[in-house]
Amino acid sequence: MHVVVVTKNTPDTAATVTVKGDGTIDWGDSLVVNPWDEYAITEAVLLKEAHSGKATVLTVGTDEHQEALKHGLAIGCDQAIRVWDGALDGCDSLGYAEAVAAAIRKLGDVDLVIFGRELADIATDQHVYQVARKLGWTMLGYVAKIQALDVAARSITVNRLTEYGTQTVRSTLPAVISVVKDINEPKYPTFIGIRKAAKAEIPVWSAADLGLDAAALQPRTQQLRYQELPKREGTVEIIEGATAQEKAAKLIDRLIEEKVL
Amino acid sequence: MSQGVLVWVEQFKGKPQAASWEALGQARTLAGGGPVTAAVFGQGVETVAQEAIRRGADRVLVADDATLADYRFEPFVALLAQIVREHQPAIVLAAATIAGREVLAGAAAEIGAGLLTDVTDLSLEGGKLQAVRPVLGGKVLSVEAITGDGPQFATLRPRAFPAPEPDPSRSGEIVAVAPVLAEDAIASKVEAMQEVTGTISLTDATIIVSGGRGVGGPEGFDPVRELAEALGGAVGASRAAVDAGWIPYEHQVGQTGKVVSPDLYIAAGISGAIQHQAGMRTAKVIVAINKDPEAPIFKLARYGIVGDLFEVLPALTAEVRKRLG
Repeated sequence: MHVVVVTKNTPDTAATVTVKGDGTIDWGDSLVVNPWDEYAITEAVLLKEAHSGKATVLTVGTDEHQEALKHGLAIGCDQAIRVWDGALDGCDSLGYAEAVAAAIRKLGDVDLVIFGRELADIATDQHVYQVARKLGWTMLGYVAKIQALDVAARSITVNRLTEYGTQTVRSTLPAVISVVKDINEPKYPTFIGIRKAAKAEIPVWSAADLGLDAAALQPRTQQLRYQELPKREGTVEIIEGATAQEKAAKLIDRLIEEKVL
Repeated sequence: MSQGVLVWVEQFKGKPQAASWEALGQARTLAGGGPVTAAVFGQGVETVAQEAIRRGADRVLVADDATLADYRFEPFVALLAQIVREHQPAIVLAAATIAGREVLAGAAAEIGAGLLTDVTDLSLEGGKLQAVRPVLGGKVLSVEAITGDGPQFATLRPRAFPAPEPDPSRSGEIVAVAPVLAEDAIASKVEAMQEVTGTISLTDATIIVSGGRGVGGPEGFDPVRELAEALGGAVGASRAAVDAGWIPYEHQVGQTGKVVSPDLYIAAGISGAIQHQAGMRTAKVIVAINKDPEAPIFKLARYGIVGDLFEVLPALTAEVRKRLG
């Protein structure tokens, strides 16, 4: 069985971010593995161990994303591949999905592709579903548990978390899944894992290696600028009172005045 | 010549997803005088189609079929893509629910169309969609635009846009459409659905009562649940409470949980880490209940009560019940 996990680095979400006068952001240099991908990478390693298979960690991006690949290797992925080419600079989710799908086709024997639920920086998941569509594979999003995976029978059964409840779906392989944090406890790299990852040679595949057509990488969307969040109006009013009952009554009065009750 | 706005209206077992009406309302605004078409996929969805007309659709394309009874990626994406190719709408919208995000992204990939996901503001600038989206864990806003030609796709964050009230005098046309994929061409099969029963989903809720580390244990969520129930709201939680195993993950509000925009958000025993704020800072009114007057949540809140949540929450529940009679 061959499982591929797709990841990238994102700015640390705990870092303070300020928008500059020209509408750009100083992203800082504290890049971390996209938080959702820690679950995805762990799941890829757990599955390859359980099924005596192979796990590949893949990224599409500049060498800024090398650390995400090393993290994947350090916790047990067998190989890492980075896809990058000047032609991908400025591409949007469609071009990104085109490149990921092409890399998966080039790997050839892939049974399962795993993504984290979304990218924490640009706050989107559209590329995940677009990879599935470009591959023509089924998409099982928001997976909280893999109930069964039978590689010989080409079958996977998962629990998906939806707004309406937990959906249990069975599908044929190959498939694309995205995972939420219920799926596992993320693995952390061991000292030996980190040493091994540091020494790994990570191949870089170009647009030409993947046979990517420049027209397919043309962006259809553009990021124009960033803005600060509107400030929340006013400051907090602390409800005072001698007893909890008195405070409760005053608060309910305020909420009725605000028309939220 | 492309024209008009198409809205994919989501439903579950014949019940419409409320956020779909918000998308329909926005479609009416963006369409100007042009036609607004709704697309409804499912089984037994006639009443959803009729409500779509009352909520602003001029025409509803209804695919009523057993293969569409449960949401699945392949048949829904294939059908939406075919409808877009056939009708060539200028704009395609849906609520940014889990299914809405998947269906529009899949169809946009098939068509090669630009897509703006989970937007909180939307306008047309020179015929192109321009949107505002919260990014980086909700800490900044990103302004993005469609640049490509052809249909322009966007998904709208639930509760970020007003929903039009139903107008019983509106009339429209209901057109049946056939599914694209037959059952044996669909790789996935739904085996079971364990519905969330008796509780209100966080995404739909107008009122949310959330508990954090301060509730101290699983039983600490009892007063949180009681107040939520008295208010007709949903129960949320901080990551700390979920990670401690006190409440299931589906209740988690925040960056690695759900992003919510209720009218009222009551945070009990939640300090208000930036990652939690990312999930709830667009609530209309935030109430913080915390023993620690220095907790960061008070900086975000409109009203605060400094005190023990085990005294304050039951007092609030009693007060709400008293006023409701």
